[in-house]
Amino acid sequence: MIKIENLSHQIGGKPILSGINADIPRAGITALIGPNGAGKSTLLSLIARLERIQLGTVHVDDLQIGQCSDRELAQRLSILPQMPDQPLRLTVRELVNFGRHPYHAGRPSAADHAKVKEAIEVLGIEDLADRSLETLSGGQRQRAQIAMIFAQDTTYMLLDEPLNNLDLAGSRTLMRILRRVSDDHGKTIVIVVHDINIASRYADRVVAMKGGRIARQGSPIEVIDAALIRDVFETDAELIEIDGGRIVLS
Amino acid sequence: MARRLWLLVALLGLCCMLYMTWGARAPWGFVLPFRGTKLAALLLVGVSVSTATLMFQTITQNRILTPSIMGFDALYVFLLTSAVFAFGGMNFVQVQPQITFLVAAVALTCASLLLFSTMLITARSDLLRMVLTGIIFGALCRSLTSFLQRMMDPNEFAVVQVASFARFTQIETDLLALAAVITSFVFARAWQLRHRLDVLALGRGTAITLGEPPRRLELEVLILIAILVSVSTALVGPVAFLGLLVVSIARLITRTETHRYLFPSAALIAGVTLVGGQLLMERVFQLTTPLSVVIDLVGGLVFLMLLLKGLRR
Repeated sequence: MIKIENLSHQIGGKPILSGINADIPRAGITALIGPNGAGKSTLLSLIARLERIQLGTVHVDDLQIGQCSDRELAQRLSILPQMPDQPLRLTVRELVNFGRHPYHAGRPSAADHAKVKEAIEVLGIEDLADRSLETLSGGQRQRAQIAMIFAQDTTYMLLDEPLNNLDLAGSRTLMRILRRVSDDHGKTIVIVVHDINIASRYADRVVAMKGGRIARQGSPIEVIDAALIRDVFETDAELIEIDGGRIVLS
Repeated sequence: MARRLWLLVALLGLCCMLYMTWGARAPWGFVLPFRGTKLAALLLVGVSVSTATLMFQTITQNRILTPSIMGFDALYVFLLTSAVFAFGGMNFVQVQPQITFLVAAVALTCASLLLFSTMLITARSDLLRMVLTGIIFGALCRSLTSFLQRMMDPNEFAVVQVASFARFTQIETDLLALAAVITSFVFARAWQLRHRLDVLALGRGTAITLGEPPRRLELEVLILIAILVSVSTALVGPVAFLGLLVVSIARLITRTETHRYLFPSAALIAGVTLVGGQLLMERVFQLTTPLSVVIDLVGGLVFLMLLLKGLRR
C-alpha cells in the first residue's frame, strides 16, 4: 500500500498540494483525474521521488520515500515520467535491458535476460525489439518505455499521462495491456489520465483532485457522477450510463 | 563492435610505431627517449580530453558542448597564472611546476563545482544560454589571465607559458609522470562508473526510477572532468575542439550510446588524431602548420555543423 500523509508541496511560493491524505491499495489500477493544474503529476512525482518532499510523508509498504535506499525502492516502485528524453540511438531491447539495472548494476544474468524477454512479450513489441527508438512512432515508443519499467519488476508502476499523444487505437491498446499487466501479473498501477472515460472504463479506483486537494475517491461508479463533473471539472457535460459505468459526453 | 575497436587499436599502434621510427637520423639511444616522452604525453592528452568530453556530454545531456567550450581550460590557465603570480610574489626562487599544477588542479575542481554544478543542471535544456555562458566565461578568464601575465616576472611567465596556448611540439615533460598517474586513476574510476553513466544518459527521471539518483553522480563526474582538464591543459595547453571532434567521430563509428564502447573508442580516436596528426605535421609538412590549428579548424567546423543541426531540431 502507498500511504500518503499530510503531504503539502509548493513551487515558487505557490501551493500545488495542500495536506493530501490518501491510501493507494495494493493491486488494481488507480486513476488520478482532475482538471489541469490540480496537482496530479506533482503528487505522482513526489511518490516516485522525482521531486523532493517538502512537508508530509509517503510510505511505499515499509519504505519511506526520501529515507530508504534508492536501489531498494527501485525494486519496489517504478515510474514512467511525462516526457522521458531518451537518447534515440538505443534499440528497444537495449532500453528494456536498462529496466534490470537496479538488480544487477551492469552485469545481467540469465534471469535478467528472461525478464527482459517476458516484458517485450507482454507489451507485444517482439517485432520491434531490434529497431532503434528513433524509427518508432509515438505509441510504439511509449510501449517500449513501459516494457522497460515492466522489466523492472516492481510491485508498483506509476505512469504520468501515458496516453498523451496517442490516438484512439493506441490508447485502447495501451489500456488493455495495462489491464492485463495488473490482472495477470498482480501489479499495482497508478496512472494520471485526462480522459474521464478511460478512467471509468479501465480503472478499479478513481482519485479525483482539484486545487491541490483530493476531492473524491472510490470506485469509478461512486466517483464519476454529475456532481463530480460540475464541482471538480466545472463544466456541465452530460453523463450517460452504459454497461454499469458512466461515460461523459464531451 | 569489438572488431572496430581492434582496428582502431591497430591504427593507433601503426601511428605510434611510425612516430617513433620515421626519419630517425640520430642514434636510437637519443631518439627513443626523446620521442617516447612526446608520444606518451600525446596519448595522455588524448585519453584525458576524450574521457572528459564524453562524461561532460553525458551529465549535460547534449552532444555539442565540451568542457573547453564551456571555458574549463581557460579557467585552469587563469587559476594556474594566479597561483604562480601569488607564489612568485612570496619569493619562491624556483617555482616547482608540479606544485603549481596541483594547486591549480585543486582550485579548478573547487571552482568548477561552484560555478558549473548548479548551472549545468538548471540551464541544460537551454542550449543557447549554455553556449553563450561558455563563450563569455572563457573570454573573461582569458582576459584576466593576460592581465596577470603582463604584470608578472618573465621567469615566472615561463612556467605558465606552456599552459597558456595550445602547442604539441613543446610539451611540459616535467609533469608527465604525475599526469600519467592521475590520468590512470581517473580513467579507472570513469570505467567503473560506465554502467551508471549509461543510466544517467537516459535522462534524470529515468535515472531516478532506475535507482541512480543523478545529483551525487553528476558532482563526482564533474570532479573527474576538472582533474582531466587540468592534466591535458597542463601538458599541451587548451585545445578547443579536440574533444568535440573525437567524441563525435566515436559516436559515428560505434553507433551506440554505451560508455563501455564509447570510452575506449573515443580515447583511441583521440590518440590516432594526435599522434597521426603530429606525425604528419613534423615529418611531412616540416612544422609549417601547428597541429592545434588543424584540429581546431576541423573541430570548429564539426561544432558549427552540430550546432546548426541541434538548433534546427
